[in-house]
This record gives sequence, structure tokens and C-alpha cells, in this order.
Amino acid sequence: MKNNILIIGGGPAGLESASQLQRMGYNVILIEKSPKLGGHLAKWDRLFPDSVPADEVLGGLLRGAEGVKCFTDTDVRAINRLDKSYNVRLTNGITVLSDAVLVASGFDLFDAVKKEEYGYGVYDQVMTNADLEAYFKTGTDRRIENPGKIGFAHCVGSRDEKAGCRSCSKVCCATAVKQAIEMKQAFPNAEVFCFYMDLRLFGRHYEDIYLKAQKEYGVRFIRGRVAEVSENYDGTLLVKAEDTVAGKPLKVTLDLLVLMAGMRPSGVGKAIGDLLEMPVEEDGYFAVRSGIAASQRSPIPGIFLAGAATGPKTLPETLADARAAAMEVDRYLTEIFPDAKNYKQLVKERW
Amino acid sequence: MVDFGFGLVPSSRINLDLFDKDKYRELVKIEPDARICMACGSCTAVCTAGKFVHTSLREAIEDILNAKNDKALESLQACQLCGKCSMVCPRGINTRHLILSINKVYSAK
Ligand SMILES: Cc1cc2nc3c(=O)[nH]c(=O)nc-3n(C[C@H](O)[C@H](O)[C@H](O)COP(=O)(O)OP(=O)(O)OC[C@H]3O[C@@H](n4cnc5c(N)ncnc54)[C@H](O)[C@@H]3O)c2cc1C
Ligand code: SF4
Ligand code: SF4
Ligand code: SF4
Repeated sequence: MKNNILIIGGGPAGLESASQLQRMGYNVILIEKSPKLGGHLAKWDRLFPDSVPADEVLGGLLRGAEGVKCFTDTDVRAINRLDKSYNVRLTNGITVLSDAVLVASGFDLFDAVKKEEYGYGVYDQVMTNADLEAYFKTGTDRRIENPGKIGFAHCVGSRDEKAGCRSCSKVCCATAVKQAIEMKQAFPNAEVFCFYMDLRLFGRHYEDIYLKAQKEYGVRFIRGRVAEVSENYDGTLLVKAEDTVAGKPLKVTLDLLVLMAGMRPSGVGKAIGDLLEMPVEEDGYFAVRSGIAASQRSPIPGIFLAGAATGPKTLPETLADARAAAMEVDRYLTEIFPDAKNYKQLVKERW
Repeated sequence: MVDFGFGLVPSSRINLDLFDKDKYRELVKIEPDARICMACGSCTAVCTAGKFVHTSLREAIEDILNAKNDKALESLQACQLCGKCSMVCPRGINTRHLILSINKVYSAK
């Protein structure tokens, strides 16, 4: 018997799980709320740490998921839990009877407008990491005109109780270092400053790009959080921080400030969570059965999770998580689900 | 003691053995947030008094932990209690309250 599996979210996590589950012989239906597949990956230009083109990675994921029933511009309208399965009504009018649901709803980029003291949306020369990726992809942005001095503000909307997010977004230190290097490549005469509290370059090759940024590109790393930004008459920016290593307040005039907006739980993902009554943790991301031993299982039997829906992840982490989720779905559908008589007992013992 | 053959001006060295545990216990009892500063420097960067006289809450917190109580008080001497630092503190510390408490606990001999 081929079970139906519904995957919610067509980003890297959803695509990779779809591809794996299809290989295992399941009948996969994937829905994506936006008009195209790829999630955030479709917005990035080159990826840290090795500058692999994002399109190349996305192309591979899309090829893997060929044959999967994908509905774009589609969300969930209503979900009913039957005895063991889910009856899901989609916004495109189709109803799916699904034996397992995999939530891969990903993240939203922190809305930098909320961090008023940085002036995003107010001062012309302030942009976000996502805006800069768009510039690298398209080659145009009205804010970028041979900038002489460029700053990167780390931890925007992350590690900040005032912004409602205590945790670290994990990907933005590496993104800042990557983008700092890319800006030096594009504008060799520019002076580039990174304002950080801790440089979290934890992954394989990450420290290498930090070293490269220092040694080959002369990027200045200043240990202090950007405290406030104001605009000068000529449109340049006055940025204030403390150089906590020197122990002195610091100011610098910049032509461009790039905000490392962090990751927040997906808004449309949350709406799905509400329909499914999925518990969330204090950080707003979906709760898992066990953070160590069962991090792709929701506390609700039959519901699985993959990717940034359970907290900030890099792409390799997201893809590994997606493959693990596929294994978990398979295990559930072969070991627990088919045994109608003992289903409740098995769930109690093994979920 | 091993003699390394060079001297240090005592006041410039951090000697954690001199850390005043009792005073610190007294401080965190009334001000538990004294423990949660992540040394980001935002308070110091925006400080209104700091434009004119060296003023730094971040440094004061650090100095207390490094057994430099007098230096800590010096770093806060010019504070106007304007509260600007509390607006930027990413850990949400009530900085003015903390400054008052530091002064209270560490000024008492
Ligand atoms: C600025 C930035 C740069 C980055 N650069 C890199 C990098 O260089 N290298 C790297 O390893 N990682 C990078 N990352 C991390 C990478 O983007 C994530 O690991 C990855 O996007 C997570 O994939 P995901 O599928 O879990 O989530 P997403 O990419 O967010 O995809 C989720 C998808 O689900 C859809 N969805 C959500 N809810 C619903 C719903 N209810 N119905 C239908 N569809 C829904 C969304 O529309 C979206 O398409 C970066 C992250 C940021 C913020
Ligand atoms: S990864 Fe770096 S920039 Fe991003 S939240 Fe963590 S410490 Fe801040
Ligand atoms: S309250 Fe004191 S330390 Fe804080 S900004 Fe004002 S003057 Fe500076
Ligand atoms: S702003 Fe808050 S966290 Fe940052 S150094 Fe000052 S007291 Fe510490």
C-alpha cells in the first residue's frame, strides 16, 4: 500500500524530504504557499562557506523532487484528524487524505523595521542581508553606488530581548563574513567593518572564511553591538557602538549599513500549527518530541517536522534534518500505523 | 610563588583572588540583572554623559567582577541617570536601577 504523505512547505526542507519519501515509494503531495518552490534558498545568490551558487543547490533539490505532486500558491484551509490519518482541505479546492503530515514551514526573516534605532526603511542607506543577496543576484540596488565605507551590523532582531528574540539565529555571522568578502571583491577600495558581539563561526570551513576576511580582504571586526544610527545631511550614516576591546565609545561615518536580520518562526507556518494544535516552545518555533532523540517528531503522533520550522539551521543542517524526517515517517508508517488493533498502544510506547 | 623575573604594577593587573564576594552577593540580591550583561557595549555607546566624561556601565559591571570596585564607581560617577542606556540594552536590564544599586552597595565602606 502506498500511503499518502502531505508535506507543508516547498523550501529546501520540504523538497529534500519529498525527494527521499518518493524514493521510498510513498505518494507525496507537497504544498507551497508562495508562487514558486525553493523557500529562502531561491532568494540567495552564493552560499557560505564555499560560495557555491544557490541556484545550483536549488536545481539539485528540484530535480530530486521531480515526480512529486507539487501545488504552489496553495495553503491549508482546514484539517481534521480522523482515527489515525488527516483529512486536509487545501485552498485550491483539493482534499487529501494523508497518513502522515510533515511540516516544513521554515522561517521568516526578522522585520528590520521593528529595530527602529537602526533606521531601516527610514534612512536611505540602510539595507538588510536579504536585500544585499538580491543585489548580488540582480546587480542593481539604488543604495549601492561604489560605497567607500560599509558596515555590517550583526544580531539584528536576534539575541535581543527588546526585539522579542533571545536566541541566536546561527546563520548571520557566517552570512556577514561572506557578504563582507563579496563586497570587498566588488569594491576593492571600500573599507568594511563588522560589528559583532560574538563571532559564531562554528561550522566546517567557517573559521577559514573569517581568516580570509581578515587576511586577504582586511575586513575590520569590531567587538561591540551597533547601538544607534543617524543620517547625516549628505545621506551618509553616523553609526555608534562601543569598541569593547578598546573600552571606548566609537563613531564612524558609513555609506552603507547592512543589517544581519535574523530568523523568526514562520507566520504562515504558525497558522498551520494552530490548525493542527501543534505546541510551540518559548522561542516561537515548533516543539519536538525530544530535542536530542526525536527532533523530527512533533509531540502529536503522525506529525513530523523538518528544517527551520524547529529553529535556525544552516542548509546542510536543514537537508540532513529533512532526510532524517523522511526516515522517521517511514518508520512510523511501517511499524506503527498499519497495526490498527494496537495503534494506540504502539503510539504510547514508541512515539 | 614562581618568580618570572618581571614585575607588574599591582593596580594594572586583574587579580580575581581579591574579588569581593560579600559585596557582590549583596548587589545581586537586590539586582539579579547584574549577572546577565553580555558586554555588548550599547549602553556605553549611547551614554549622554560619556560624550564628555568617561562613563561606562559595561565597564563598571566588568570592573566589579575583576575586583576593581573603585574603578567601577569612577566609571559611573558622571552618570546623569537619564536612562538612555536602558532603551538600548539587549538584555532588557533596568540600567538606571542597576547603577543606583551599584553606587549604594559599593560606596558603603
Ligand atoms: C540571510 C540568510 C542567508 C543564508 N545563507 C545561507 C548560506 O549561505 N548557506 C547556508 O547553509 N544556509 C544559509 N541560510 C539558511 C537557509 O536559508 C535555511 O537553512 C533554509 O532556507 C531553511 O529551509 P526550510 O525549508 O526549512 O525553510 P524556508 O527556506 O523558509 O522554506 C519554507 C517554505 O515553506 C513555505 N510555507 C510556510 N508555511 C506554509 C504553509 N502554511 N503552506 C504552504 N507553504 C508554506 C514558505 O513559503 C517557504 O517557501 C541563510 C539564511 C539567511 C536568513
Ligand atoms: S549568528 Fe552571529 S549575527 Fe547571527 S544572531 Fe548569532 S551571533 Fe548574532
Ligand atoms: S543613565 Fe547614566 S550611564 Fe545610562 S546613558 Fe544616561 S548618563 Fe549614561
Ligand atoms: S547594554 Fe546591557 S548588555 Fe549591553 S553592555 Fe550595557 S548593560 Fe551589558
